[in-house]
Amino acid sequence: MSSDSFGTESGSGFRLSRRRFVTGLAVGGVATGFGLARLPAWANTARPMYQAPVLSGTDFDLAIGASPVNFTGRTRPAITVNGSLPAPVLRWREGDTVTLRVANRLADAHTSIHWHGILLPANMDGVPGLSFDGIAPGETYQYRFQLRQSGTYWYHSHSLYQEQAGLYGALVIDPAEPPPYRFDREHVVLLSDWTDLDPAALFRRMKKMPMHDNTYQRTVGDFARDVRRDGWSATLADRGMWGRMRMTPSDISDINAHTYTYLMNGNAPAGNWTGLFRPGEKVLLRFINGSAMTYFDVRIPGLKMTVVAADGLYIHPVTVDEFRIAVAETFDVLVEPAGQDAFTIFAQDMGRTGHARGTLAVRPGLEAPVPARDPRPLLTMSDMGHDMGGGGHDMKGMEGGCGANMSGHKGMEGGCGAHMGHGGHAAQGGGKAPVHAPSEAGNPLIDMQTMATSPKLDDPGIGLRDNGRKVLTYGDMKSLFDDPDGRDPGREVELHLTGHMEKFAWSFDGIPFAGAEPLRLNYGERMRIVLVNDTMMQHPIHLHGLWSDLEDEQGNFQVRKHTIDMPPGTRRTYRVRADALGRWAYHCHLLYHMEAGMMREVRVEE
Amino acid sequence: MRVPHSLGLLAAALSLALAGHARAQQHDHATHATPASAQQKPAAPPVQTAETDHAQMDHPRMDHPKMEHSQMDHSQPDASSMDHSRMDHSKMDHSTMDHAVGQAPSEPREPIPVVTEADRAAAFPPLKPHAMEHAPTFHSLVLFNRLEGWDADHGTGQAWEGSAWFGGDINRLWLRSEGEREGSRTESSELEVLYGRSVSPWWDVVVGVKQDFRPADSRTWAAFGVQGLAPYKFEVSATAYLGESGQIMASVEAEYELLLTNRLILQPLVEASFSSRDVPEYGEGTGLNKVEAGLRLRYEITRRFAPYVGVVHERLFGDTADHRRGEGGDATDTRFVAGVRFWF
Repeated sequence: MSSDSFGTESGSGFRLSRRRFVTGLAVGGVATGFGLARLPAWANTARPMYQAPVLSGTDFDLAIGASPVNFTGRTRPAITVNGSLPAPVLRWREGDTVTLRVANRLADAHTSIHWHGILLPANMDGVPGLSFDGIAPGETYQYRFQLRQSGTYWYHSHSLYQEQAGLYGALVIDPAEPPPYRFDREHVVLLSDWTDLDPAALFRRMKKMPMHDNTYQRTVGDFARDVRRDGWSATLADRGMWGRMRMTPSDISDINAHTYTYLMNGNAPAGNWTGLFRPGEKVLLRFINGSAMTYFDVRIPGLKMTVVAADGLYIHPVTVDEFRIAVAETFDVLVEPAGQDAFTIFAQDMGRTGHARGTLAVRPGLEAPVPARDPRPLLTMSDMGHDMGGGGHDMKGMEGGCGANMSGHKGMEGGCGAHMGHGGHAAQGGGKAPVHAPSEAGNPLIDMQTMATSPKLDDPGIGLRDNGRKVLTYGDMKSLFDDPDGRDPGREVELHLTGHMEKFAWSFDGIPFAGAEPLRLNYGERMRIVLVNDTMMQHPIHLHGLWSDLEDEQGNFQVRKHTIDMPPGTRRTYRVRADALGRWAYHCHLLYHMEAGMMREVRVEE
Repeated sequence: MRVPHSLGLLAAALSLALAGHARAQQHDHATHATPASAQQKPAAPPVQTAETDHAQMDHPRMDHPKMEHSQMDHSQPDASSMDHSRMDHSKMDHSTMDHAVGQAPSEPREPIPVVTEADRAAAFPPLKPHAMEHAPTFHSLVLFNRLEGWDADHGTGQAWEGSAWFGGDINRLWLRSEGEREGSRTESSELEVLYGRSVSPWWDVVVGVKQDFRPADSRTWAAFGVQGLAPYKFEVSATAYLGESGQIMASVEAEYELLLTNRLILQPLVEASFSSRDVPEYGEGTGLNKVEAGLRLRYEITRRFAPYVGVVHERLFGDTADHRRGEGGDATDTRFVAGVRFWF
C-alpha cells in the first residue's frame, strides 16, 4: 500500500504534466458548436461549465462528426455526436420503440453506435462485422428497437478508437413502473478519459513501450527504505519474486494521468461540472464510466451514497462511502446533501495519478475542498492469485515460492517459472482450481498464469482496502429480483484472461480475436461462464446482447449485470441465458485490450 | 470455443442415447443431458409453444428429481462417471414436480421467446467481408540505445549501438547495428538483419546475416542467436556467427536498468566476444577476444529522449591483445562518454 515517494520527488518533469492535468482547462468541452453558446449566465465566474444536451422521445437524429475540443490548453480534434462531447443524453421510456437515424458526417472513417447493455435484435447492436456493416461516410443507418428494460446505460462507438476520441454518451430509460425508491432530482455523472494524442498513435506507443506511463516503479531509494523497514531478507525475497516474473508491482493501469485528462460530464477538473440540489432533497446520481481505459474510485466527502442500481438494474440498496466503477459499468446512487452548500464529487483513477472532479451545490459557482489523492497502491502476490495458503492445490514441483505458474515453464527460468501441473485438477472437490487451456501452455503471448480459486467478491480491491471508508464490493450487490431464469446452467465454459505486459498483447486463453473461433451458444440454453484472470491487470468483461448473471461463491444467482469486473487473481462465474439469436461481441472493455485481441464472438444459434 | 475431442464424442453419445426418448415426448430435454456438450445443438430449445404445454404433455418416464446434476462432473467429461442407470425414466410425473425454491426448475421462469423468421433475419444479417476494422498488428520500434562521443588522451571518437524491430507479437524483423569511429576513421561498423520469432514469453530466437563493413574488407556472417528478458529483468542476447572462411565468432551481451529515480537511470552493460580461430588481419585471436563494460547514467527528459554520461572500459585478451599491441595500441582502454538515448 505504500507509495514510492522517492519516485515522486524525482519526477519533476512528469509532475509538470500532472500539474497541467490537475489544473485542466477552465474552458473545457467542445470549443465550437452550440455547447458553449448555451452556457448559463453564471458562467461569468470564469469557470464555464459544459453540459451535454438531453434529447428525449422516440425519434432521434444523431450526426457523428469531427469537432475541435480543448481540455488541456491545446485544441485537438474529437469525434462527437451532434457536436457534443460527451454525446447528448438520450432519454427513453421503457416499452417504447425508439428510432434513431445515425448519420456519419466524418470525412474518411466508418462509424457505429453500440447501445451498451440494451437488449435488442443483433442487427441493432452496432458492432461492425457482427451486427452490421458500419456506417460509411455520408451514410445514415436507422436503428429501431423496442425497450424492454429501464435504468442507466450508455452508448458509444464500436469502431476502432472512436470511443477514445469522444464518441460516448449517457442513456437513461425511464421505467414503466415507478422505481422502488423516491428521489426529487437526478443528475447523470459520466466519467471519461481524454487524451490529446491521436488514439491510434497511443495504441502504437503502447505496443512500443507499454511501461510509458508507469513512472512509479520502485527505485534504489525504495529498496533502501524497504530494507530499513522489512530487513534485507524480506526485501530481497520480494524483489526476487517480482524480478523473476519480470513484472512491476506499480503496474496498476496501462495508461494514466500522464496521458489522460479525466472528465466529468465532459469537464476537466478545473471546469468543475456542477449539479444543483436544494437542501433536504433526495438526489439520484447516475454514474457511468465511459472511459477507454480508466477505473475510477468515486466518493463524495461528507455524504453517504446509497447504491440502488448496478448496470441499469435495481439492487438491494447498499449504503457506502465509496465505490470503484469499472469501465462500462453504471451505478445509480442516492444522496441526501444537506448541511453544506457544496460537496465535491471526487473520482480518482485506480492508480492514483489523477482525478475527475465535480460539485453538488445549492447554486452554481460553488466549490468544496478537493481531497488529496490516496497513496499509490502496489500489487501484492496475493492480488495476483499467487497466495500459498488455501485452495488445497498440489504445490509439488513448485520452485521458488511465489506460487506463480509463469509459463516460462520447463524450469527454464527457475523460481517462479515453475509449472504447477494442473493437469489432473480438473473439477474434483468443487472444481475451483483454474484449468489452463492447452493453448496457454508455453504461449509467447502469456507472461503469467494464476492459481486464483476465489471470486474475491468481498474484496474492495487494490488500493481500497482498510482505507477507513465503507467501499462497495461485488459481494454487496444483490439483484432486487430473483434469478429471472431459474434453471441450473446446463454446461460450463471456462475462459482465461491472458496477456503479456511487455508486448502489450491481450487475449482469451492466449488466442487473440483474429485467430479465435466463436463461442457457440444454443438458443434457449442456460450455461455458465467461468472467467479466470491470468494477468496482473484488471479487466471489465462485457457480453453484448445477453445478461451476465453473476454467481455468489456458492454458485447461486447474485446480481444481473452487463459488465463483470475481473480483478487480477480472481475466478468469477456467471450464468448466461442464451435468449437472443445472433452474433454478439464479448470482450474486455478496456479499449486497447480489446483492440489488442481480448475479444471473442459469442454466437447464439438455433 | 475449444472443446477437447472427448467432449464432442460424449456429446454425440449422449444425444444418441436420448434421442428416441426426446422424440417420444415431443419435448426436448436435451439441455438436461448435455452438461458437457459444447458443440451439440439441442434439437429444440425449451421454447414456449403448444408442444411444451405441461397440461398436454405426456412425460411418462422421466424422473427429474433423481437426475443428480450435482454428481455429474461437468468440467471433466468422462462418460464412465455418468451413471445413466440412476435416471429413472419409468415414472415421471410433472404435475407433482416441485418447481419451488431449493430446486432449480427445468423450465425457465421467463419463457424463452419463440423465434420468428423476422428474428432470424435480424440475428444474422448478410455482412460485407471485413466490415470490422481491426487495430494494426504490425508495429515497430527503433531504439538508439547509445549514440555517444568521447574526447580521450588518444583522440576523439564516436560510437553507436541500436536496434529496431518491425512486425507483430510473434514474428519480427530485427535490425541491429553498432560501430565505432576514432579520429574520423571508422574502426568498426556492422549491421545485422535478422528474423526473430518468439518461442516463449520472454525469449526470441533470431536467424539472419551480419555484415561487417570495417575493418579491412567487409565480411558476411550467418547469424543465429537468442535474445530476451532474463529473470530479474536483465536484457540478454547471445549470438553465434559463422563466417565464409569457417570462422565462428560469438557475442554475448547483458544490460540492466537500475532506477535511481524513475527518470535517473543507471545502465550497466557488459559485452564479450569470442572467436574460434586466430585471424590476425582482423585483429582477432582464438578464444575470448574482448570484454567491454559500460556504466551509463541517463536522465529521461521524456520517455523517448534521454541524454547520458558514462564510463566505458574495454579489455582485449590473449592473441587479440597481442595483435593490438603489435599495431602499437593498448590492450585496455577506459574512456568517459556522453551521448543520447532515444526511440521512436
